[in-house]
Amino acid sequence: MAASSAGVDAPRISTLILQRRTLAIGLAVIATITLLAVLAPLIAPYAPNKLSIVNRLKPPSATWFFGTDEFGHDVFSRTIYAGQLSLVVGAAATALAGVVGITLGVVAGFFRKADGVVSRIIDAMMAFPDILLAIALVAALGPSLATVIIALGIVYAPRLARIVRASTLVIRELPYVEAARALGVPTWRIMTRHVLRNLVSPILVQATFIFAYAMLAEAGLSFLGVGVSPEIPTWGTMIASGRQYVGQADWVTIFPGLAIILTVLSLQLVGDGLRDLLDPRLRKDL
Amino acid sequence: MTRYVLQRLLGMLTVMFTVVTIVFIIVRVAPGDPAAVMLGPDATPADVEALRVRLGLDQPLPIQYVYFLAQLARGDLGHSIFLDMPVASALLDRAEPTFFLTLFAILIASAIALPVGIMSAYRRGSLFDQSVTTLTMLAASIPSFWLGLILIQVFAVRLGWFPVAGYGGPDASFLTRMSHLVLPATALGVVSSALITRFTRASMLDVLNDDYVRTARSKGMGEFRVVMKHAFKNALIPVLTVVGLTAALLVSGAVVTETVFSLPGVGNLVVSAVLRRDYPVIQGALLVIAAIYVLINFGIDMLYLMIDPRVRY
Repeated sequence: MAASSAGVDAPRISTLILQRRTLAIGLAVIATITLLAVLAPLIAPYAPNKLSIVNRLKPPSATWFFGTDEFGHDVFSRTIYAGQLSLVVGAAATALAGVVGITLGVVAGFFRKADGVVSRIIDAMMAFPDILLAIALVAALGPSLATVIIALGIVYAPRLARIVRASTLVIRELPYVEAARALGVPTWRIMTRHVLRNLVSPILVQATFIFAYAMLAEAGLSFLGVGVSPEIPTWGTMIASGRQYVGQADWVTIFPGLAIILTVLSLQLVGDGLRDLLDPRLRKDL
Repeated sequence: MTRYVLQRLLGMLTVMFTVVTIVFIIVRVAPGDPAAVMLGPDATPADVEALRVRLGLDQPLPIQYVYFLAQLARGDLGHSIFLDMPVASALLDRAEPTFFLTLFAILIASAIALPVGIMSAYRRGSLFDQSVTTLTMLAASIPSFWLGLILIQVFAVRLGWFPVAGYGGPDASFLTRMSHLVLPATALGVVSSALITRFTRASMLDVLNDDYVRTARSKGMGEFRVVMKHAFKNALIPVLTVVGLTAALLVSGAVVTETVFSLPGVGNLVVSAVLRRDYPVIQGALLVIAAIYVLINFGIDMLYLMIDPRVRY
């Protein structure tokens, strides 16, 4: 699919290279952030929960790269440790949204009878602002790491479902699907082998953006204190705890915020780059 | 046209009905007895039972659902036990800061996004355009609560130009109250300008090469008039959609921003309701906010009919 359209863009090589460069930059940044988070135990100069009251609210220096917070925690160590959880929540919520959204979307797109009900549910779910729905779900399920993941997965599933449904509606009418049906290929096989395979590109692109939104939403939930426990370092909880020292110890909030921005920005660059690479028809500048 | 309006109206009602059902399910799915959770660990079993009866939780779920629908049909959103007032009054009391915050944020977002988006499309591929693309992506990556904190740091704490937080107290004048909204509205507006800029740019690109734009130019019309009167007017529909939907979604940004700036708005009410498990308030706020979103959507569809004579179904 991507290969067949690659030649069409020959006159736009410069744009393509530029866009692939953003993809490359995005991938490099997100890989670095992931690596820092995974290797946190080796890289972090201090344990994330190491208290040192005498060293509280110290500004950034050679000893504490990002300064210290109100408990004397090293903000740099906490920032890279917090990356672990923030990335895991984002990835797990995206995976859950993927499973739920793709299933709903394919079912709605493939079976006309189910379409009415599923589409109404998708429309209704999308009427709730994402963070508000997530807050309500976390409130209903009880705050914990698992419920934050479940809530965000449910919140973002309709976005994927809508895209998958629309694409399935088109693909199900294509001659090769009709041929497969005429040959007696079972429906589930048509759905997985012929429909889903052709949906990989839009799903991948959308999943990258959902990853980014889920990380922003998780930070928001943690900041509000309705997500994971405030003792667990995530970028959101770190900003929340530094909030009362604004103007006095700005570094406590600035660095975890920059970590969120950098991660979400790189995910968006990857999503944009993937979209351009996998489906030139969707290119934003066309 | 009447048929189209009726169809959209029916569609809106169906979505609203589904929204109501989802809200009902979310609140009932809560593990444990909501009455016991609401009253806390010190409540006696008799108190819990009394509250269960009062909330109708002793009835089977289908009956609770019918009761819930009947209650909503009467315009009754329930009663908050913590606030000891009807949920509708609690929401109305808190509506002013949220309304103006959303309004100012959307004005700020549009004031940034429309000129920048138009210019970016007009100078497509230029350094300005590329910078705008990067900057919009950056703006969309900033958590609004973090930007709020940075604004407080710079403009309230260091420069002292604006109040740090709050809404000016109960006796504050309208102007004082609004001055408390400058920073939160800026934080929300800047973040949401990203999406509107991208849509404006994309939809301007769609029309800038159209025949009527070329015709307008060939008539010797000034560039400003060509872009604004001929191109932008035709690019307006998608832009209007995204402005409307952003306005609806801003309510969600307001939830977090109101907390940062300690604004006594609907968002703040929801967060405190969640923290103390005040289910009637959570339920009522969800319903009202989703209804606003659905209504704005409907309103945009109706606006199409008015501004674009081509939209006739």
